[in-house]
Amino acid sequence: MGRAVSALLRKELRLELRTPQVIPAMALFGVTTLVIFHFSLQRDTVEGDLAAGVLVVTLLFAAMLGINRLFVADHEEGGFDGFLLAPVDRTAMLVAKALALTGFLVVVELLLVPAFGFLLLGPAMTFELLWKVAAILLLADAGVAIVGTLVGALAIQTRARDLIVPLIGLPLLVPVVIGAAKALAPALDAAGAGALPGRWLAILGLYDLVFGLVAYAVFDFLLED
Amino acid sequence: MYGSRLQTLAIASVVTLAGGFALAAFYAPMDADQGFMQKIFYLHVPLAIVALGGFVFGAYQAVQHLRTGDPSRDLKSYVAIHMSLILGIGALVTGSIWARASWGKWWVWDEPTLVAFLIIFLLYCTYQPLRFSIEDRDRQARYASVFAVTAGVFTPLNFLAVRLADPLIHPRTLDSQDNLPGEMRLAFLVCLLGMALLYVTLWKFELTHKHARAQLRSLKRKLGAADAARGRSAAPEATVS
Amino acid sequence: MSDNLPDNGGYVAAAYLVFPALVLIYVAIMAIRLSRLERDLAQLNEAADRPAPDEVAEPREEVRAT
Repeated sequence: MGRAVSALLRKELRLELRTPQVIPAMALFGVTTLVIFHFSLQRDTVEGDLAAGVLVVTLLFAAMLGINRLFVADHEEGGFDGFLLAPVDRTAMLVAKALALTGFLVVVELLLVPAFGFLLLGPAMTFELLWKVAAILLLADAGVAIVGTLVGALAIQTRARDLIVPLIGLPLLVPVVIGAAKALAPALDAAGAGALPGRWLAILGLYDLVFGLVAYAVFDFLLED
Repeated sequence: MYGSRLQTLAIASVVTLAGGFALAAFYAPMDADQGFMQKIFYLHVPLAIVALGGFVFGAYQAVQHLRTGDPSRDLKSYVAIHMSLILGIGALVTGSIWARASWGKWWVWDEPTLVAFLIIFLLYCTYQPLRFSIEDRDRQARYASVFAVTAGVFTPLNFLAVRLADPLIHPRTLDSQDNLPGEMRLAFLVCLLGMALLYVTLWKFELTHKHARAQLRSLKRKLGAADAARGRSAAPEATVS
Repeated sequence: MSDNLPDNGGYVAAAYLVFPALVLIYVAIMAIRLSRLERDLAQLNEAADRPAPDEVAEPREEVRAT
């Protein structure tokens, strides 16, 4: 299984490196969303829970773009058929896709979080703050990637996949939004960064764990035929 | 046959539900804080609990469908979710009325139970569009079951997250069962049982209807009558047995 | 609402009206479906009375066999 996963992962990364499509689109969309937040909130700087909300929503909507595109190449170019013919565990697809999506999200965040700090965030970006934000976002990314892979695979065979992904994905990701926003709010506070709230990290971790198990259990059924 | 014991179930649910509402109206004491308004509790909370239970029941049937590949399990899961959505509308409307009565607003975001319920309701609202957008019937059934399992697991997790997200400022109707006086609790439990019976009755009723229609269709085919071309549909076809 | 009801009784009444309304809507939908079933059954009944020409032979043989 390890070899199958790494082969699939290399395929994903090579595809994205040769014709960068998803990551630039996600990053561009994210920056545009930040600009839109600036105008719609009519604020030059945000902090605390408002900042947490803006960051989480921006990243979530950018992630939706990535989820929408996640399986398109496999669906259109026959990647599914090739994979199903290979004598490998089907879970390899889930793991590889979730890892690839996590990777995309991390790259996008490496661009978007500094952009957010530069454009909107009130408190200065210190090393300590970045470290906390990174820990929270990693946990959130894992959840988004697992659920995103599941929803993406579910939606790819439907006629209205662009509609299905946000309709199913957004409600499913509400706990991630709650957890990430609540955890980020004290870190981004103007009065000085508060401690990392362990309870919300635990919720995020629990979410990742539970949906990891669910995805592991049901993903095979999405590939059959 | 899905229709067996339907009559008994229907009578039992009517009697239990009527008895529960009567207990709520005449036997249970007036609530000290909320007064008469608190009577909505005996309708709203059973509706919500039974709707959530129905979602989980649908997930259980979906697991069985994925494990055995039995199409009748898919039908059961579909009907369970369908019925829960109907009860869910009732729970949201009565909850909203209760919010208006006690806090003066039709919707309150700091009532976590209501908010969590709304999120779950919105998620399940996509179940039918999802089914409808998949043409192949086998795949439709399988994907719908995957959705039902995922959403079924999501249901308790979401409640946990939303509940923790808000400080506990309002009385928790569900946690407060130990501080419900005995008479109130009895009335509530009877109402809950009646609502659950009603749910099972409606579930079986719908299943019976779907089964009858499938049999009629199969009979039509056997007699060589023109079978109306079956368009794409979100509902799974019952198997004739 | 009514004078006999305690404070905010209207809301309670409204909530308890929502429930039968939901059930009645469901009954109405089931009524439409039932009438469709009935119509289909009637059609089938007619079709059974006037069998198609190529199917005439079969029932007679069954009659002889019994």
